[in-house]
Amino acid sequence: MTPLFQALTLQLGYNATLVAIGAMLLGVAAGASGSFMVLRKRALVSDAMAHATLPGVGLAFIVMVALGGDGRNLAGLLAGSAISAGIGLLIVDWMTARTRLGEDAAIGAVLSVFFGFGIVLLTVIQTMSGGRQAGLESFLLGSTAGMLLADALTIAVGGALSVAAVWILRRPMTLVAFDEGYARSLGVNVRLTDLMMMGLVLAVTVIGLKIVGLILIVALLIVPAVTARFWTERSASLIWISGAIGGLSGFAGSAMSAAYADVPTGPVIVLFAAALFVLSLLFAPLRGVVGALIRHRRFQARVHRRQGLLALARSEPIHDPVTLRLLRSEGLIRADGVATEAGQDAAARAVRDEWRWEVARTRHKDTALTGRYDGLTPIESVFTPDEIAGFDRLIAEGQT
Amino acid sequence: MGAEFVQLSLTPILIGVLASIACALPGNFLLMRRQALIGDAISHVVLPGIVLAFLVSGTIAAVPMLLGAGAAAVIAVALIEAIKRLGRIEAGAAMGVVFTTLFAGGVLMLERTDTSGVHLDVEHALMGSLESLIWLEADGWASLTDPAALAGLPPELGRIAIACLIVVVLTWLFWRPLVLTTFDEGFARTIGLPVAAIGFGLVVAAAVAAVAAFDAVGSIIVIAMFICPPAAARLMTDRFGVQVAWSIAFATLSAIVGYVFAGYGPLWFGLYDAVSAAGMIATVSGVILALACLFAPRRRRLGEGRGSA
Repeated sequence: MTPLFQALTLQLGYNATLVAIGAMLLGVAAGASGSFMVLRKRALVSDAMAHATLPGVGLAFIVMVALGGDGRNLAGLLAGSAISAGIGLLIVDWMTARTRLGEDAAIGAVLSVFFGFGIVLLTVIQTMSGGRQAGLESFLLGSTAGMLLADALTIAVGGALSVAAVWILRRPMTLVAFDEGYARSLGVNVRLTDLMMMGLVLAVTVIGLKIVGLILIVALLIVPAVTARFWTERSASLIWISGAIGGLSGFAGSAMSAAYADVPTGPVIVLFAAALFVLSLLFAPLRGVVGALIRHRRFQARVHRRQGLLALARSEPIHDPVTLRLLRSEGLIRADGVATEAGQDAAARAVRDEWRWEVARTRHKDTALTGRYDGLTPIESVFTPDEIAGFDRLIAEGQT
Repeated sequence: MGAEFVQLSLTPILIGVLASIACALPGNFLLMRRQALIGDAISHVVLPGIVLAFLVSGTIAAVPMLLGAGAAAVIAVALIEAIKRLGRIEAGAAMGVVFTTLFAGGVLMLERTDTSGVHLDVEHALMGSLESLIWLEADGWASLTDPAALAGLPPELGRIAIACLIVVVLTWLFWRPLVLTTFDEGFARTIGLPVAAIGFGLVVAAAVAAVAAFDAVGSIIVIAMFICPPAAARLMTDRFGVQVAWSIAFATLSAIVGYVFAGYGPLWFGLYDAVSAAGMIATVSGVILALACLFAPRRRRLGEGRGSA
């Protein structure tokens, strides 16, 4: 058996299994909570938060060592990172609300300054006795190699709790993410919901530090949500599709990284999610590029066919090569451009349709119906047979 | 003090100042266009660019690195635009998708490549090595006129000086169209300015600045300098020209104070080793921005009185 297969089927040892499950839960929580951030158009706020965790990690280490404890205690480091990420988030909000600077500037400022200060703290820690072995750099890009059982358990439990929180909070968060005003009119506390959403994202960021790292955790929040958007127009399914994509990426990425040496966990998880994104961008039936292209070509063909038929009916010559090819391939004209019998029928029908629409638009002031006239929609799909019979009578009267 | 200062501190400070100015100048325009995070995105995608350049060229010589990083920055900007249009995705999310993916790709390539023989790793890319850009050949201020000693200047100084000059000249040349497209795109279009091309040119200029600065000082300074000095300057004045001048002053101040704090600050606290200069410069720029947010004369939006805060 290849190591990859072993890893995917959870046969690579207890720790690797626990990490894979933890990464999967983390991915589900990140995908689901990230979808609210993306819908609320605040995707990059989470990037500021993620970078703002670094000084917290450093300070927590220094404090824990100063108190005589083990500086590498994961729970302590994560608590520190949560506090400084929270402060970073508050500063972003404060700068956006209280100064003339935009949210993007606030995000960039918090991100770079907190990160820079964190790097300063890391260099301080390196000069402390025993600090060189702290391995705090692993929080930048994540590292699951040599993870302790307790750490893996912390991540798995944290991921599970976050998923549960998403499930409990899904209603108010969906409402606020889609339509803030409507949510407020229903009595939803928008400010509180926003805060809970941010709290959830903060929790995911902190839990993800050890596996994905603070530079790339934002990808796990954004990429699945953006990918899921290609597959659905419904908010309820968006959350869980996004969660599934995140979970799949987390699981597959951590398994691959466990199976091969030199394959860092965080980047592989992110690249796996990115591959799913590219596939969805191209091939998702609803909003994918290929689907849109096919729909566009079909629309073009309908326009050419219609215009060609109307030209036939008026016995005008057709010069457009696309129209000629289209009509020929449908057997509506002969090679020399003269209409076949089927072509004459189709042309007559097209002209009748135009006449009927003409009458319909003068008789019906209802733009909801007549507004659908685009020269392509068959009138039978808008009006009832009775109404169309009525139009035909009017046409007949007009001609006599 | 003099000789030691010239040898150990003069060139890093100069490089820091030039890099900061090169980033802060285009940062002003990006800030006003609400594209401040482009700098963030560019500095992330520089990593895959230099790794690819290393894989292709097999060296870490400056020219291939700069070309690779510049190409990566331009490709990233094009990708962001493409994804935004093709997928109908909001700009922030599209940016987040592109730069994290490219960065992840860069890290993966780096880990899978044997770079043990060369100085190329993620931490170096993030933090730079400003402290190591010393001028060993110098033995005092007199060395500034000594050709033999000048030949020993770190090559990063020359490169960042050229990049800074390019950015300054471009800003000066295209000042009017840049300002017009930034503040009134509709009007700029009606008088026939190529709005899209100017926007793209600005991003390319920012990429040039970012890549050259990155080479010398790492990506933390790049992101911080794109945003913090222009943002602080924005809170000082309502006039854009004055804002640009303030931002250059703030960038210079951050670089000098940051470097001095990183080198000598720990001594004042009884520690012996210097801390990261890049990190400290970013921190100082953040402190300046924080002070500006609290006290600057034009910190509030128009129409918002002192009492309403």
